[in-house]
Amino acid sequence: MLPSVLQPLAGGQSVLTAPAGGPMTVRELLDAVAAEYAVLGRRLRDETGALRRFVNIYVGGDEVRRLKGLETEVEPGQEVLVIQSVAGG
Amino acid sequence: MVRMATAANFLLAIGTKKGLWLATSQDRREWSFTGPHFLMSEIPSIGIDTREGRTRILVGISSPHWGPTVAHSDDLGATWTEPEQGAIKFPEDTGAALERVWQIYPDAGSRPGVVWAGAEPISVWKSTDGGEHFELNRGLWDHPHRSEWGAGYGGAAAHSIVVHPDGETVHVAMSTGGVYRSFDAGTSWEARNRGISAYFMPDPNPEFGQCVHKIAADAAADGRLYAQNHHGVYRTDDNADTWTSIAEGLPADFGFVMLAHPRRAGTAWVIPLKADGERIPPDGKLAVHRTEDAGETWTRLSTGLPEHEYNSILRDAASVDAAEPAGVYFGTRGGSVYASADEGGTFAEVASHLPDVLCVRAAVVAGA
Repeated sequence: MLPSVLQPLAGGQSVLTAPAGGPMTVRELLDAVAAEYAVLGRRLRDETGALRRFVNIYVGGDEVRRLKGLETEVEPGQEVLVIQSVAGG
Repeated sequence: MVRMATAANFLLAIGTKKGLWLATSQDRREWSFTGPHFLMSEIPSIGIDTREGRTRILVGISSPHWGPTVAHSDDLGATWTEPEQGAIKFPEDTGAALERVWQIYPDAGSRPGVVWAGAEPISVWKSTDGGEHFELNRGLWDHPHRSEWGAGYGGAAAHSIVVHPDGETVHVAMSTGGVYRSFDAGTSWEARNRGISAYFMPDPNPEFGQCVHKIAADAAADGRLYAQNHHGVYRTDDNADTWTSIAEGLPADFGFVMLAHPRRAGTAWVIPLKADGERIPPDGKLAVHRTEDAGETWTRLSTGLPEHEYNSILRDAASVDAAEPAGVYFGTRGGSVYASADEGGTFAEVASHLPDVLCVRAAVVAGA
């Protein structure tokens, strides 16, 4: 699920789905997103592949930095939330 | 070619902490605005490319959440294009990621399509397709001084790029590191800071490490450049081999802005701030200072500026246009933008209450 501010970069969609034959990592999921929506991919990660500092991704209710980072596994059917952190002024 | 003001249209682009505003004018007095474009993103760099009979606006965009990118518009901001893979992207082997684009510099008319960029982390980039894709300058990236370059308050960046009409001589200024020069179009670089003080370092006269805030080339293109430093205003007459102070006659030697006249040799503008520790116009009185003799003497220009101003003016928040007479423009961190159609003789506030102004660029354009 994407925050509204990013939805124009995904053709206006608020939910993206990725086909999965089994569990996949958040990194693989983001790779799939970037392959289809390159600009959206760059909003979420920099060119080294690192998650941008104020982008939070939640899997099963937990932010992935508190799990295994981008190696966190996502089960088929599981929801992944992209949320911008509270920052700025 | 000198375009006469009476026959020209003008474009003023204002990059702020929360978006971009664009304004057009027939006379540099009445301006029509659009914006904000890119609301809630910083716009720290703007390039207006008027070569090849078109007006392309290039902007460096930085979102605190979504990162940096570069976009361009060929229709005065009605639509914007962002290359899918990003115009500026560090090669994988560097292990680096773009933080912020600090400078977008369209090259001379004799080199259409060439656009330079300066970025954070300290890096210089060159595009040959009008700013749609840039290539990292490896000579500067691999420079042996790199590990000793530092970050100023705003970050570690190459913020000034000046390319000589010959295309071979290129000067870059970075904070902090100082001025670097290339005589081979950017293949190799040498530190060129002799005469510039770095009073904040253990050795106050190091080969490099100076905190240069902005450099500009004199219109004569004869090896003369000007530099506004973190305390210190300087001139070189020999392509930066040596620098001499031209701060005498100014009310303060601190500031961020350095502008050179587009055609008239010896003419440049600065906007002094009182000091490093008191970054306000001296006594809270805002003024632009102009020299017409390469820094030997300065004239205080404040007609039309407010009586009190306690906001600072950042390094790229000032610009000149190429009309005759040249226009001078600048914006404050308080969100005011001032414009002069007579080389600084008189100013008028053309925008107010904007977010902090980070970048101002102005140009004579066709069909604005």
